Amino acid sequence: MRDENKRIRILLAKPGLDGHDRGVRLVARALRDAAFEVIFLGLRVTPAQIVQSAIQEDVDLIGLSVFSGGHMTLVPRILHALGESGASAVPVVVGGIIPPSDALELKKTGVSHVFGPGCSTSEIISSLRRLASKDEVQEYVTR
Amino acid sequence: MDSRDEEKRIGRAMQEWEKDILEPVITRSPERQERFSTLSGKEVNRLYTPLDVAGKDYLEDLNFPGGYPFTRGVQPTGYRGRLWTRRQVAGFATPEETNRRLRYLLEEGQTGLNLVCDLPTHHQMDSDEPACEGEVGRDGVPLDTLRDMEVVLEGIDIASISTSLITGGAAVMAMFLALARKRNTPFHLLRGTLQNDVLSLYYTVNIPCFPLSLSFRLSTDVIEYCVQNLPHWNPISFVGYQIRETGSSSAQEMAFTLASAIAYTKALIERGLEVDDFAPRFSFFFNAHSDFFEEICKYRAARRLWARIMRERFGARNPRSWLLRYHVQTAGSSLTAQQPLNNVIRTTLQALAAILGGAHSLHTNSMDEAYSLPSEQAVRTALRIQQVIAHESGVTHTVDPLGGSFFVEKLTDELEEEAVEILKEIENRGGMVKAVEEGWVRGQIEDTAYRYNRELEEGDRLVVGVNCCRVEEEEEPLEVFSVDPAHEEHQKRSLEEVRKRRDAGKVEEALGRICREVRGDRNLMPFLVEAAQAYASIGEMREACKA
Repeated sequence: MRDENKRIRILLAKPGLDGHDRGVRLVARALRDAAFEVIFLGLRVTPAQIVQSAIQEDVDLIGLSVFSGGHMTLVPRILHALGESGASAVPVVVGGIIPPSDALELKKTGVSHVFGPGCSTSEIISSLRRLASKDEVQEYVTR
Repeated sequence: MDSRDEEKRIGRAMQEWEKDILEPVITRSPERQERFSTLSGKEVNRLYTPLDVAGKDYLEDLNFPGGYPFTRGVQPTGYRGRLWTRRQVAGFATPEETNRRLRYLLEEGQTGLNLVCDLPTHHQMDSDEPACEGEVGRDGVPLDTLRDMEVVLEGIDIASISTSLITGGAAVMAMFLALARKRNTPFHLLRGTLQNDVLSLYYTVNIPCFPLSLSFRLSTDVIEYCVQNLPHWNPISFVGYQIRETGSSSAQEMAFTLASAIAYTKALIERGLEVDDFAPRFSFFFNAHSDFFEEICKYRAARRLWARIMRERFGARNPRSWLLRYHVQTAGSSLTAQQPLNNVIRTTLQALAAILGGAHSLHTNSMDEAYSLPSEQAVRTALRIQQVIAHESGVTHTVDPLGGSFFVEKLTDELEEEAVEILKEIENRGGMVKAVEEGWVRGQIEDTAYRYNRELEEGDRLVVGVNCCRVEEEEEPLEVFSVDPAHEEHQKRSLEEVRKRRDAGKVEEALGRICREVRGDRNLMPFLVEAAQAYASIGEMREACKA
């Protein structure tokens, strides 16, 4: 049973070579202010690093930030690595410059949510809370 | 009547105006907000009068354009002589595809090239390194070897058009020079700019392919080499644009950009160069954000401040050393994915601010860039913004048309004062390199970005289509551009072919020389150019520099 008062633990990372990190840093700060426990892995993180940290830190959610246009390569690679390690139950969300058609595609491959440009941190916070709550996780697993 | 009497008279009249005319109106219909402020948070008064610029000296503080301290511009004829350079960023997929886009833009009336490298090239990595998978040609052109430089600039005469290279890397500059050698274009005919400001790129877009000290050394090598061999080349462009995109205020953008230029100036003087040897070739790159007047005043203030720093602090005597010459790009971070056509309007206002502020070169963003790299149609419309301003608006007919506006002069003064304070703080912290390494600069920018975001979310700042004037059903722009992943394979194959065909002995020899020279303090550029000429790859040159 999940402790209702337990803080939501989220892993944030920026895969790929791109270094535009204004967005992910802003989100990290807003989530901390909203009492999330944020583990920010930083930039140029490999799929293996993400999987390892997600398991070690026992996170509730994984958030990936991609601005470079490489999301269709980078994100599936991470989902695959999570699956291989039996960690596919951890919901993955993506934020960045993602065209709507790609967002649909990403959701089909198992991404729980895509946050595009103009999305407010309060929208992100409430979506993540819903996602981390027990029901949503359950629903995600059985889907 | 002397000016002090005049001020008293205006002051008294203003008090009367406030009491008799203003107060009844405000009582009847209060103003929309208690406080009005610029995008960066600077308070803006209801009204500006001669009292706000009292004590200013026209000749000392503004002067005529082309006269120190250049508040009104560095060209005595403004845009009446020559318009700004229309210079759209281009680079994607492969050198072949990018060459097609460059030629298209030239046909459509662009007057300068602005070539952006892809992420692997920014990091000085070869396209076939495993970490580059999925990133080749995504948001710039891959330049692995001289072969790619040859292809991307095929059919374009680099002696007759200016070329801007958007990258920090000395290796890309070396490839460009190797191309010039191969085409028998003398170096002294080359015009253009290498971004090269690794100090600013280090903390904004986080491109540390080397430890900062080595990056800094390579970038100063480029400057030294260019001022000695390429008299018309700008070997560095101080990157305020990325500082602003990371979330800074306008005064921070100005101060941190100038602080980087100061750090380079000190380093080059330490190498034994005279300030007048290199300062005339410095160039700058600023953002044009959405607050119209604040941006105009930022450029005017930066021009004055830089002139004073160069002349008074560094003792530069060549008037060309005092000139702030700069390129502007409209604010990418201001573009919205919501109702993307509105981005044309935003970009138009930003471009107009850049021109009223006196930009020498301009890139205007395309409406679809909150989704992807721009499509050909979108980039043409973006270029048309500049052409409409240039040929239809009439704002180019007189120099610094807003000079003398009480508000513009006051805001110019305030922004300059704020930047001066920030520059003092940086000095107190031991200079810009230290302030960057300690994370202080990035921290300051992050605080501003966070504050702005809160204002946005609390509705204190309105962005059309995002937190007001929304539509139910969002439409995608006409065409979302995408880079075919097949290009990556093509690029890898091209690199493989170059490796097979080149003279391996020559490459090894040239790389070996870089390895040896990097340990000494001779300028590395001649050795990098040699390696580029031998078709050494960018990744090989990186490894040699690390040796």
